[in-house]
Amino acid sequence: MRDTFVDTTTALLADDPRTALVLADISAALFAPAAARHPDRVLNVGIREQLMVGVAGGLALTGLRPIVHTYAPFLVERAYEQLKLDLDHQDASAVLVSVGASYDRPEAGRTHLSPADVSLIDTLHGWTVHVPGHPGEVAPLLRTAVAAETSAYLRLSVLSNDRPLGGDGALQVVRDAGPGAPLVVAVGPTLDAATAALADLPVTVAYTNRPRPFDTAGLRDRAGTDVILVEPYLAGTSSRVVSAALADRPHRLLALGVGREELRRYGSADDHTRWHGLDASGLRRSVLDFVSPALR
Amino acid sequence: MTATTTTATIAEAAAPIDGRQPVAPLLERIRAGREFGTNVYSTIDVLQVLYHRVLRIHPTRVDDPDRDRFLLSKGHAVAGYYAVLAAAEFFPADWLDDQGGPASRLGDHPDRMLVPGVEIGSGSLGHGLGLGVGTALGLRAQGRLEPRVYVLLGDAELDEGSNHEAITYAGTTGLANLTAIVIDNASATHGWPGGPAARFIVDGWTSATVDGNDHDALHTALTGHDGNRPHVVVAVVAPKEA
Repeated sequence: MRDTFVDTTTALLADDPRTALVLADISAALFAPAAARHPDRVLNVGIREQLMVGVAGGLALTGLRPIVHTYAPFLVERAYEQLKLDLDHQDASAVLVSVGASYDRPEAGRTHLSPADVSLIDTLHGWTVHVPGHPGEVAPLLRTAVAAETSAYLRLSVLSNDRPLGGDGALQVVRDAGPGAPLVVAVGPTLDAATAALADLPVTVAYTNRPRPFDTAGLRDRAGTDVILVEPYLAGTSSRVVSAALADRPHRLLALGVGREELRRYGSADDHTRWHGLDASGLRRSVLDFVSPALR
Repeated sequence: MTATTTTATIAEAAAPIDGRQPVAPLLERIRAGREFGTNVYSTIDVLQVLYHRVLRIHPTRVDDPDRDRFLLSKGHAVAGYYAVLAAAEFFPADWLDDQGGPASRLGDHPDRMLVPGVEIGSGSLGHGLGLGVGTALGLRAQGRLEPRVYVLLGDAELDEGSNHEAITYAGTTGLANLTAIVIDNASATHGWPGGPAARFIVDGWTSATVDGNDHDALHTALTGHDGNRPHVVVAVVAPKEA
């Protein structure tokens, strides 16, 4: 996904003189050709994340469209007040693109894990959040985000599904179990595990790579009584959105995702997927417990 | 220094320079009988020199892309700022009468979305210089080489580490269209041994440290950039507790 991001951003910088890129050393070598061609619009501020976002705010105030990129925890958690004040409070906007996700590099430990990023962005108003599930989804999402006027967060990951799904972020039904069936909404790279886990169960599986704004109309069209969210970041991040969308209906919601507890374990990303119950067997167990405990 | 004698000093210093409204009565209007801290008065000389003699901005062209930018980073220095903006007719003087009220556009910290002529919303310290660096970079990237970006900070505000990210980056990359102004009222809890300017000079900024109440000295300092490097003006005023 990062390679696609670099290629697409390099093309955008060449095509649109409004576009600027702000870096804090991460991925700077990958953007060296773009920096050589556009030295005034590819700005590596060094390991200074507060400045990185402040600079983006200032660029936007002069009419440029900044893309801001680094590791997720440094982009969203370390510079959170700059997102709130240097972008939103100034009525300035930017496109944030992170790498690292919840546990792409678990051997690096807690400092490089960012399961709370989408929750933090979700405290802000009017942001679009894209969580691509495949490298093939990155370019169109990035181009759409840069072409818009509002702020967006693209969360890139080394985890992905086997094939890309296109679409505009509306819920896409990938397996339809008919009216009233439990609805599983899988976000981004969680889709393959969800479909594998639930292949023989009477549940509808839908996909989105755009959790904000969440497709609440699609949700209302598809949801019966039971809704299961599967998100690759903090469990429950989208619960408030689903609850609000279904407030006028009796419903039950199971929100699966990454736990809050610090595991203090290294291992691989697949290990962490399993430990958080987001692998196929973990998801199957959780969904069965929720929709039909007697089937277990 | 009592508020009354300070106000008298300000009234003397605030005579109209170029036919605009005098600032002192507007400051009294916004004060509305309240006690102002000395920090309000410490900033007003710099603001007057900027708005009367330095900044190329005009209330009828607040969106002109080639205007100079003035970013008030120490957002609590707001009363003098509002008075100067009203004197320069960026907004009607009667806005001053209900500052902070439920229908007012004028808070205890300024909001660029509410007040014409205000370039940034500020209040949380340590945000203006980073925004100023980005603004200077954005102007340069678009070939707008005439406008200059001025950011006003306080010596205590320099405690915030975000400033030092901006100071080093701007200095080492030679961001020539940026001026930082530090109002030094010796209010930083642990001080700045060697003076605030030392923090900038070491990274390649030019600097001038002047009497913050001397309008001619301020004017010379505020126009003293060399065109190749960022410039810092330290305006020394009476210590906060005096």
